[in-house]
Amino acid sequence: MKYFIFLVFLLMNTALVYVLGTRSVLPLPLGSFLSVQEGVWQNAEPVDEDFNASLRFDSLKGKVDVFLDDRLVPHVFAEQENDAYFVQGYLHAKFRLWQMEFQTHAAAGRVSEIVGEKAINFDRNQRRMGMVYAAENALAAMENDPQTISAIDAYTAGVNSYINSLKTSELPIEYKLLGYQPEKWNNLKSALFTKQMTQTLAGYDRDFEFTNALKLLGEENFRILYPSLPDSLYPVIAKGTVYNKPLAVLNPPASADSLYFKRTDTIQFVEDFKPNPSNGSNSWAVSGNKSQSGKPILSNDPHLGLTLPSIWFEIQLKTPAFNAYGVSFPGLPGVVIGFNDSISFGFTNAGRDVKDYYEIQFRDTDKKEYWFDSSWKPTTRRLEQIQIKNARTIEDTVAYTVFGPVMYDKSFKTDLTEEKAYALKWVAHDTSNILKMWLLLNRATNYTDYLEAIGHFNVPGQNMIFASKSGDIALWQQGNFPLRWNDQGLFVMPGTDSSYMWKGYIPHEENPHGFNPVEGYLSSANQRAADASYPYFMPGSYEVYRAITINRKLAAMNNITAQDMQLLQNNNYNVFAEDARPILLKYAIKEQLSADEKKYFSLVASWNLMNDATEKAPTCFTAWWDSLHAEVFNDDLVQDKMPLAKPEKFVLLEALERDSSFKFIDNISTLNKEDLYQMVTVALKKASKKLASLEKENKLEWGQYKNTTVYHLLKTNAMAFGREGLMNGGGNGIINATQHDHGPSWRMVVEMTSPTNAYGVYPGGQSGNPGSQFYDNFIAQWAKGAYYKLWFMESAAVDGATCKWKMSFASK
Amino acid sequence: MKFIVSAIITAALAFGFGLYFPWWTIVIAGMLTGFLIPQHWGLSFLSAFTGVFLLWGLMALFISVSNDHILAKRISMLVIKNSSPYLIILITALIGGLTSGLSASTARSLHNLIKK
Repeated sequence: MKYFIFLVFLLMNTALVYVLGTRSVLPLPLGSFLSVQEGVWQNAEPVDEDFNASLRFDSLKGKVDVFLDDRLVPHVFAEQENDAYFVQGYLHAKFRLWQMEFQTHAAAGRVSEIVGEKAINFDRNQRRMGMVYAAENALAAMENDPQTISAIDAYTAGVNSYINSLKTSELPIEYKLLGYQPEKWNNLKSALFTKQMTQTLAGYDRDFEFTNALKLLGEENFRILYPSLPDSLYPVIAKGTVYNKPLAVLNPPASADSLYFKRTDTIQFVEDFKPNPSNGSNSWAVSGNKSQSGKPILSNDPHLGLTLPSIWFEIQLKTPAFNAYGVSFPGLPGVVIGFNDSISFGFTNAGRDVKDYYEIQFRDTDKKEYWFDSSWKPTTRRLEQIQIKNARTIEDTVAYTVFGPVMYDKSFKTDLTEEKAYALKWVAHDTSNILKMWLLLNRATNYTDYLEAIGHFNVPGQNMIFASKSGDIALWQQGNFPLRWNDQGLFVMPGTDSSYMWKGYIPHEENPHGFNPVEGYLSSANQRAADASYPYFMPGSYEVYRAITINRKLAAMNNITAQDMQLLQNNNYNVFAEDARPILLKYAIKEQLSADEKKYFSLVASWNLMNDATEKAPTCFTAWWDSLHAEVFNDDLVQDKMPLAKPEKFVLLEALERDSSFKFIDNISTLNKEDLYQMVTVALKKASKKLASLEKENKLEWGQYKNTTVYHLLKTNAMAFGREGLMNGGGNGIINATQHDHGPSWRMVVEMTSPTNAYGVYPGGQSGNPGSQFYDNFIAQWAKGAYYKLWFMESAAVDGATCKWKMSFASK
Repeated sequence: MKFIVSAIITAALAFGFGLYFPWWTIVIAGMLTGFLIPQHWGLSFLSAFTGVFLLWGLMALFISVSNDHILAKRISMLVIKNSSPYLIILITALIGGLTSGLSASTARSLHNLIKK
């Protein structure tokens, strides 16, 4: 009996400890996870946490004082410049370690190590795109520049000093949640981060979709559905600007007509993990003669996926060489968007296509040789080893050609046949040191310094806005943009012949730019940078409508204040609907509408064209127009397994404005010939079904429908760490570009007065710890369109009311 | 009296081990008192359970109150799909209590076995 009792207890005890200690029974090891001394309770930061500290590190050369303000923004005062980067690395790690590592693991295609087999496809995609190869090339360039390498070395040392001091109980929550440990930081991870940003901003292309569309529709229809120049374009550089003659007139190879424009086949496989084409930004600068203070005002709001922890970390860096304030990327030294004593700077995405695919002819399935310029050339082979949590490491060999890595072939995309393989040519693979630009911008004092700084930048191409206290405003579209003959790279190119290669890059001085224009302002909002008179072929993915509202408003404004610029960043006017609504209202056949449909019709008819959160009309309008778009194009363009691109919304609008009997209106799958009246009416009827069910759930109001959400980086796996249901307006094509989970990730307005008058806000908080009050404390302010006044400390003299804590760093 | 002393000693050992070793060392804390302090196995269970239940429960409560329950709300949402700080504190305490209590009973029954 006693044996029995003992055995029962022993068994129960062992079972309990096993269940609580493993992930194989419950999704979480609740024993360690909830353990008070080891688990997540240790991440519960007291609301009266004392951040004061005195720390000593061997690698510091001098003293560094960090003043933390009431929003937990560090103001770093360093006696030596590199010490500032050391401390920035330390602080990034202290507040954002898990995010820094996760983002760079993702860049490197190492997510399977953390989450297991479900990420294999993602990881292979990253590796085959050459992300690590690109980062290695970038690191080589950084190491070649003494200024960059010493900054990045100091930054890495700072990150690792924090990691070394970390106890198991202090690990960020996500490590405890997913069950792994941080590894050491290194310089390659910073390079990987720059490539992740490059992929986000310059990783979008439609080469396969366009190739199929050309084959399926023919050239004439292709040009109608995918035009390169919208009628309503308001280019970054004003229309009518006279450009220099091109350096050389480039002509397509003689074989282009047969090998490039007239393919005999379509490409049947689907690409995954494409970046969101909404990734973009607004920025503008107004000169002193348009502002109330007489000084320029610069505004910038980058639109990215909204995440917690935020992509941005606010910081001030004061060194003997400069005093800069703004937002930084956890993972990189320096201030990325911000200002210093003399100038301010911001960015919007250029959206230009810098990524092409070449069809490779391998000699055999070994992929060791490929046909190029009339002979078999050897490939370089890169072995990718993908470690997987709870499973065997898998290997993937990627063949590199003269163009770049062979991203797609049958081994990766099983829908492809054995003969088909596509190599990727991408500016991101080039050797370049873009970090140098920020190191120089942080210390730039005038337009000449700014020009010198941006010269180091190659990709992702950006519109770089500039304003100085001395009164200058400027904007350059900067980057390495391939020199291409007309239509080169729109479609997949033959990879057997060097005549299809890029002919170098457009010289930087030919890039579109503006400096102190007579209009008194410069702006960009991801639209095409120049009109048709720009002498170089400039394909890309561009936005049309935000630029129209911005230009219209800025042209009309005078006596501008920083508050006016904040209001403009939050403007919800739907300029697309201004033109699109009349078409919907005119062509709907009212006699055929039910009571519900009439109700939605009148909501749209009486709408003030503002995408405000509490309006119902934006939901009705959007559903109606999207429904019309689908009615018009789905019959022509929806094909199983064959990727095709949806025409952009300006295409349909401008086509209907030109011609109400636009040829794509007819549904090719019916015998009848449909006209625009029928299409608009059917579109409303279909949209009304959706709207009625939304109304039942009380989700007809735009803000409810849109349900703005800031997801945790683990998305729906960690909804408890995200923020749902933010009621705010805006949307696609609107200056306030807030969509469901995408939008202004940082809003900044800087008036170049003395002292600098600056405002900013981002939808997150300085701490990446979900157990901290500083995790999401900016979100409410951001959601209502309000800002924080940025405390730009001129000297280390402490203002007790704003400065809450002080961390002192010194060498040992 | 023995019951209270045993509970206190288990809690003290569990806390001490917790400073340096992984969470499951509360098993050792429970086993030590269960083995060394002669009680009925039921009382051994209850005293170790009480000791660590109170240790974990009170510590979690203290931590959570000074955190305005920010973390407890999120963790309860994550684990039990319900924003309930006190429930997640209770679950924490129960996990500690049960683990340690069962360990004490196991050790006590082993003691009974050897003694004979």
